[in-house]
Amino acid sequence: MSAVETCSRWNKTPGGGGSLTPEYARIVLSFSRQAVFPAGLHQHLHRGAFIKLIFTQGPSITTRVVLLVALSIALMMMDHRQNHVDSLRAGLSVLVYPLQLAIEMPRTVSEWFRESLATRRQLQEENVSLRTQLLMLKARGQKMQALETENIRLRELLDSSFKIGERVLVAELMSVDLDPYNHQVLINKGELDKIYPGQPILDADGVMGQVVHVGPYTSTAVLITDTSHALPVQVNRNGIRTIALGSGTINRLELPYIPNNADIQPGDLLVTSGLGGRFPPGYPVAIVQFVQHDPGRSFAAVVATPSAKLNRSREILLVWPDDTSTLETNGTVQAETQLPVEDIQGDAGPVPAVTEENP
Amino acid sequence: MILGRHHGGGVIALTFVIALLLTIVPLPDWARTLRPDWVGLVLIYWCLALPDRVGVGIGWFMGLLVDLLTGSLLGQHAMALAIVAYLTLKLHLRVRLFPVWQQALTVLVLLILHQMLSLWVSRFMGRPGATLFYYVPSLLGMFIWPLIYTTLRSLRRGFRVS
Repeated sequence: MSAVETCSRWNKTPGGGGSLTPEYARIVLSFSRQAVFPAGLHQHLHRGAFIKLIFTQGPSITTRVVLLVALSIALMMMDHRQNHVDSLRAGLSVLVYPLQLAIEMPRTVSEWFRESLATRRQLQEENVSLRTQLLMLKARGQKMQALETENIRLRELLDSSFKIGERVLVAELMSVDLDPYNHQVLINKGELDKIYPGQPILDADGVMGQVVHVGPYTSTAVLITDTSHALPVQVNRNGIRTIALGSGTINRLELPYIPNNADIQPGDLLVTSGLGGRFPPGYPVAIVQFVQHDPGRSFAAVVATPSAKLNRSREILLVWPDDTSTLETNGTVQAETQLPVEDIQGDAGPVPAVTEENP
Repeated sequence: MILGRHHGGGVIALTFVIALLLTIVPLPDWARTLRPDWVGLVLIYWCLALPDRVGVGIGWFMGLLVDLLTGSLLGQHAMALAIVAYLTLKLHLRVRLFPVWQQALTVLVLLILHQMLSLWVSRFMGRPGATLFYYVPSLLGMFIWPLIYTTLRSLRRGFRVS
């Protein structure tokens, strides 16, 4: 078999070398070593030795995967430094909304059935218990109103601004599971209800967390126990301010920045301090569970249990901390004097007052 | 890809939709960290069965949907699933001939890779690391692979997906 013959047979193989047999390869290689190939055959050899791709059209899968990985890394970096791809995420969240609704549907349907098939007796019982509860809350509310006006009057004497009562909206958590290692929840209200990123959410017992991503119909909130979350708090008893960090465990908050000699004890209620400007001041956050003073360390180890039922609440409250409409409902007397003061002082206002009252 | 040659795209889409639904269906607290990677399993099957139809692009897109559904960093699962699809395509000629239990072992490796890439991204974001318990979903995925394989194969044959 001469070199020329081999070349001609080689050229005839269909698919440019897909069916290259070992024998051929050996012959071709031995010829190439002896360098008896006519010009141009080298190119044929190269083309033949190239592994045939699965995709004959378009870029190869290797190119594709490299491009997509690069795109993903770019996306992740932009998403990590917030606000860059929020609009993209909001737009895409519409795409998955039907899936979330489909998962939510069985619960909605069963709830609807339960309500419409409830007996008269059940409804009456529920009605009675709700009435009693309402009466009790109203009675407490009467006293609250008196205290509230008194508080505002005293604060005016101290020249500090303070707001009580924010605009709230009741929303529900959707019963879908998110990443089990992040403490996040999905809320059934979104941009159309004027929800904004960073908005605080509460339940009946305390602060739950804050909104991180807002889509048109849904939004995602991160709970205060998530490892990425930190919340400025103060001890309700004496006004010591500190920061509560999420621990990654649903019933545990850590307070790592309390000096060893600070007055804090198990059972103390922690409330939001309003520093940081996201959470309105005065909402319950957690109850101190244990305090450990280690002389070898400069800070005490303090662990608290969140007051909010983080993994059980379904109804939540979304709060607008700086909604000016609340000023009108809180009495028109202080409205004129308070507005400019607030702009300057912001949330830092009430805190000095608290420390002064507790020498 | 010539569209006329293929049919049964609806079946593929439906299996992916079911996998996505299973990803977010609420589970009791103790089972949440054990949830198998349904989207990964379905993706691996289709990459093995129809490598010229389901590939890196679809894997990436499904990963993006998983990111949106689970609220993780945008691109985290997308990158991982694109790489899983890529490796499955590279291996498909060999893996297709394996007996099912041997396939399941390959699937285990691919699923662990998905989780590792995902964990890697989380660590970059400063989240705490994981124990070996973190990989249990991949192990469960390996055990249900025969089920996924036979179910999807009968679907593919029944609806003549090609």
